[in-house]
Amino acid sequence: MKIGRIIGFAITGLCFGVLVQGEPIEFEIGQTATQEDIQGWNIDVTPNGDGLPNGQGSVDEGAKVYAAKCAGCHGPTGVEGPYNRLVGGQGSLGTDRPHKTVGSYWPYATTLFDYIFRAMPLTAPQSLSANKVYALVAWILYRNDIIDENMVLDRFTLPTIHMPNRHGFQISPHMGISLPTSP
Amino acid sequence: MRAKKSPASKSKQSLSRRHFLLGATSLLGVTASQVLLPVIPASSQPASQDPMRVPGGPASVYGRRSVHEQAQRLPSATRSLTPLQDLHGIITPSALHFERHHNGVPLIDPAQHRLLIHGLVERPMLFQVDELKLFPAVSRLGFIECSGNTGKEWKRAHGKTAQETHGLTSTSEWTGVMLKTLLEQTGVKPEGLWLLAEGSDAAAMTRSFPVEAIIDEAVICYAQNGEPLRPEQGYPLRLLLPGWEGNTNIKWVRRLKLIPGPAMTREETAKYTDLMPDGVAQQFTFVMEAKSVITHPSGNQRIPKPGFVEIRGLAWSGRGAITAVEVSVDGGHTWRTAELQGPVLPKCHTRFRLAWQWDGKEAILQSRCIDDTGYRQPTLQELVKVRGTNSYYHNHAIQSWKVLENGHVENVYIR
Ligand code: HEC
Repeated sequence: MKIGRIIGFAITGLCFGVLVQGEPIEFEIGQTATQEDIQGWNIDVTPNGDGLPNGQGSVDEGAKVYAAKCAGCHGPTGVEGPYNRLVGGQGSLGTDRPHKTVGSYWPYATTLFDYIFRAMPLTAPQSLSANKVYALVAWILYRNDIIDENMVLDRFTLPTIHMPNRHGFQISPHMGISLPTSP
Repeated sequence: MRAKKSPASKSKQSLSRRHFLLGATSLLGVTASQVLLPVIPASSQPASQDPMRVPGGPASVYGRRSVHEQAQRLPSATRSLTPLQDLHGIITPSALHFERHHNGVPLIDPAQHRLLIHGLVERPMLFQVDELKLFPAVSRLGFIECSGNTGKEWKRAHGKTAQETHGLTSTSEWTGVMLKTLLEQTGVKPEGLWLLAEGSDAAAMTRSFPVEAIIDEAVICYAQNGEPLRPEQGYPLRLLLPGWEGNTNIKWVRRLKLIPGPAMTREETAKYTDLMPDGVAQQFTFVMEAKSVITHPSGNQRIPKPGFVEIRGLAWSGRGAITAVEVSVDGGHTWRTAELQGPVLPKCHTRFRLAWQWDGKEAILQSRCIDDTGYRQPTLQELVKVRGTNSYYHNHAIQSWKVLENGHVENVYIR
């Protein structure tokens, strides 16, 4: 991951040894977490695909799930709302009226899986199977002209997708510790 | 002394009291100071409502404010704003601390809640809420500001009151255990440079950040202003990253995962990123820059008449302590240094005040602060020149209030 490496590089040398000043105290509070403890909670997905579950989904399946579970809030084609517009807006970011959507703004397709899986639909989060989420991601990317109609998404294909705004972000100068706004 | 007497009843009261005193002294031949003690002045209230003639209420298990006080948050579905213009000092009452949530305030049983620390650690660990209270505790006062605060003021004067323009910032005393202490328990592998924090709300809110940049200050909090966190503020546990944008201070935190680089969650890509005029967005703008606002007189308030007015406000900086606040009453042509009310603490609301004689003419009130890095709060013009008007987040420009000749105060857009 390019940005990860840049930042990693920027702060190498400051290792965690500095955390412990003198001898660490033995508190003996808390317990060791087992793989079982971790499994159910470990739902995050990173841009290189780590964390993506097994399963797969197609654009066609996605269209059906979307119509049933999402269209009411995001519009029949992902444009109409009433809530966040998911489709369109490409080329608008540098204009007076930017439209930030999955297609125009989001830098990683993996984030779409992560977010839908953890937070959508708004009224029943974490109710969708991995297959349904793959299908929804496929449909939203297809509507944004990012993948073609026949593509099937799974944990191998999803991380390979290049988002149009992949290079539309820069780390806040000094890694967010300062803004370029000093008058 | 009686509270809230009208001026008329007050003068009547002191008059009758003087008569009584005169009579008493002449009659008994004693001095006024000797008779002052037993005098109970006549009240204009019926005896049944006179707080001195009926016993007061009983002690209570959990206090409430006076029924005469009505300051309240201004809520919408996903947030509520602190009534900055109604508050004094620097601490925000817990019940008035602003809210921002992405899918409601969860109801969490602390006995069921766990904090998991895993990922690139030597030993993944689970902590119960009560266990966290056994570690050495730390407390600090600190502001939390949503980076969307003042976000509607980029293009025009939008909010009517200080609550509407600046109400997504609040200050509390936060108590908990240093994140550092917990990471010492788990150990961190050398590649574990970033940390993903996740809430146990219906948004499963997640943000990631470079650990080293904030490790000396990050706290896992269980208390706010002396009592357990309010549900809206993350009960039973929240992450506090002092001075950093509110969204990174993950509420209802259940999981901390050490990772090699940014997680690129939705809230750090699609949201909370600053879109610049060229269409490129700045990401990971963690620190909330120096900012201030006059809370009195402020939007929708009215100065009753020309004469003395104490200008009051709040200043804060995510980089450190406020060193100075300057106030202008002429739209930024001339500036006077305001008085800072102690304590002046780093990354904390700081109260400022300045005496002003209002001459009854139109005036534009502004405040600007300087923090201990030497950074001065910019004008809107300066900020827009660099950032354009589409970034929404991180607007820390100087706020302008216009005083009309009739004393009414309103929000104005000055660029
Ligand atoms: C009840 C209304 C509702 C339903 C149903 C719903 N959403 Fe959402 N969705 C929202 C709201 C509101 C937000 C913004 C949440 C926020 O900002 O915290 C959102 C945000 C999103 C986003 C992020 C948009 C952005 O630009 O940041 C995506 C993607 C999304 N929803 C996908 C879906 C999918 C897929 C479904 C169907 C499984 C769905 N939503 C169902 C209301 C809904």
